[in-house]
Amino acid sequence: MIKTDILIIGAGPTALFAVFEAGLLKLNCHLIDVLAQPGGQCSEIYPKKPIYDIPAHPEILAGELTEKLLEQSKQFNPGFTLGERAETISRQDDGKFIVTTNKGTKHLAPVVAIAGGLGCFEPRKPNIKDIERLEDKGVAYIIKDPEVYRNKRVVIAGGGDSALDWTIFLSKIAKKVTLIHRRNEFRGALDSVQKVQELKNSGKINIITPAEVTSIEGDNFLESVTYTTRDGEQQSLSTEAFIPLFGLTPKLGPIANWGLEIERNAIKVNNALDYQTNIPGVFAIGDINTYPGKLKLILCGFHEATLMCHAAYKIINPGKRYVLKYTTVTGVDGFDGTRKEATKNVVKSIQ
Amino acid sequence: MKYNELDISLKIVDRKGNVHIVDAPIDMGLNLMDIVRMYDLAPDGTIGVCGGIAMCASCQCYILSSHKLLDKSDEEEAMLGDVIEVKRNSRLACQIQINSELEGLAIELAPAELD
Ligand SMILES: Cc1cc2nc3c(=O)[nH]c(=O)nc-3n(C[C@H](O)[C@H](O)[C@H](O)COP(=O)(O)OP(=O)(O)OC[C@H]3O[C@@H](n4cnc5c(N)ncnc54)[C@H](O)[C@@H]3O)c2cc1C
Ligand code: FES
Repeated sequence: MIKTDILIIGAGPTALFAVFEAGLLKLNCHLIDVLAQPGGQCSEIYPKKPIYDIPAHPEILAGELTEKLLEQSKQFNPGFTLGERAETISRQDDGKFIVTTNKGTKHLAPVVAIAGGLGCFEPRKPNIKDIERLEDKGVAYIIKDPEVYRNKRVVIAGGGDSALDWTIFLSKIAKKVTLIHRRNEFRGALDSVQKVQELKNSGKINIITPAEVTSIEGDNFLESVTYTTRDGEQQSLSTEAFIPLFGLTPKLGPIANWGLEIERNAIKVNNALDYQTNIPGVFAIGDINTYPGKLKLILCGFHEATLMCHAAYKIINPGKRYVLKYTTVTGVDGFDGTRKEATKNVVKSIQ
Repeated sequence: MKYNELDISLKIVDRKGNVHIVDAPIDMGLNLMDIVRMYDLAPDGTIGVCGGIAMCASCQCYILSSHKLLDKSDEEEAMLGDVIEVKRNSRLACQIQINSELEGLAIELAPAELD
């Protein structure tokens, strides 16, 4: 059982900033995200695109924002359960919550903050008969640990950024990488497209276009895929791994059954106070919540995260008063033993 | 007589099959996806996921009228290449800017992907 002070569902920008604000209040956080990496929409949908409305950053790439948020919160040692979906919530007699993931990992915390954004990112699955049967048995939609593909034959399908990026990455460790796409054109950052072209030219990878994987074969484990070219010709390709990367789409998912008040796919919260939901001790912050005047913007999520942390402090430390202090004045003491502080002024005569 | 001459009239069939006739302003830099959201014709979170940059296909629609639209950009073409339920008259609503030539345009929203 993983124990923490504030359990956060989601690891998008809102959640990452909450870790920092909680740390200032000496509260620990643990984050659960179905994605294999933190950053939420910023890392899944638009890591290489710029954002212009983060205060004090005239321009910052979404991926860079994620890195900076991680760096800022690192000193507070956040825990991560990645690649797992928060599935159920229950309440113990002592009022604490237990949140269990689809893989059975249990988390215990007095406060739960849902920062689930537009919902759980779920893979877009190709229309292939029986594909579910071989999921996790050679078929994967999300790459959690690239090492499992070392020295294996891998077939990747898709034409976007993640198909390109993983083709590049896996070409270094896999025995053979074949990229299959419905069209001749690929869509992604220029450097990724160029790199894949180079890999193809030098014979390091195999590209098959325009073609589509139409069936997969294997008894207990994937053995081969069959693709169909545009003129209807079918070919079989033996492989140990098939990774369709057609992007992910968000879906509210299991949180919809947690007994929360839901309005138009979002969780209703008390915005006059602290972004608490109808279940005391459960908060909703960032894109996932709704209240009159709600704006789904990163900077609004930051504000909501901060107020949530202060409300969580009161729940976790009943009766204790907290006086707000500026970080400039008090410095920041990390849970990892680091300390940041302003350099002291000197008092010295100038002759 | 239209309410405002800077409006055009559109026919939008939502995912449940309900038909809506709506006015769309041509002078606000909006696209078809924005109009669907403006009138709440699809639940939040199921349309406009990528904010309108042709990267999610949550705004896929089928063009029902015979209007001549601008050709698809490479990005739109590529995105539509990645999803199922694509038909010959599929377009990404976020890539269609509202202008006076679209008067009377009729579209149907494609099914939400994960339902
Ligand atoms: C293309 C694009 C451009 C944008 N540009 C801007 C901009 O310029 N300025 C701006 O302010 N905003 C912009 N946004 C919006 C901004 O990205 C979001 O407001 C922000 O990401 C919300 O952060 P969040 O942490 O609340 O949620 P998200 O970033 O959505 O993260 C939520 C995370 O929770 C996870 N999750 C949900 N449910 C579960 C569950 N049950 N179990 C496990 N994990 C779960 C999801 O997988 C996801 O990773 C843009 C969005 C897009 C798509
Ligand atoms: S809103 Fe994402 S493709 Fe149109």
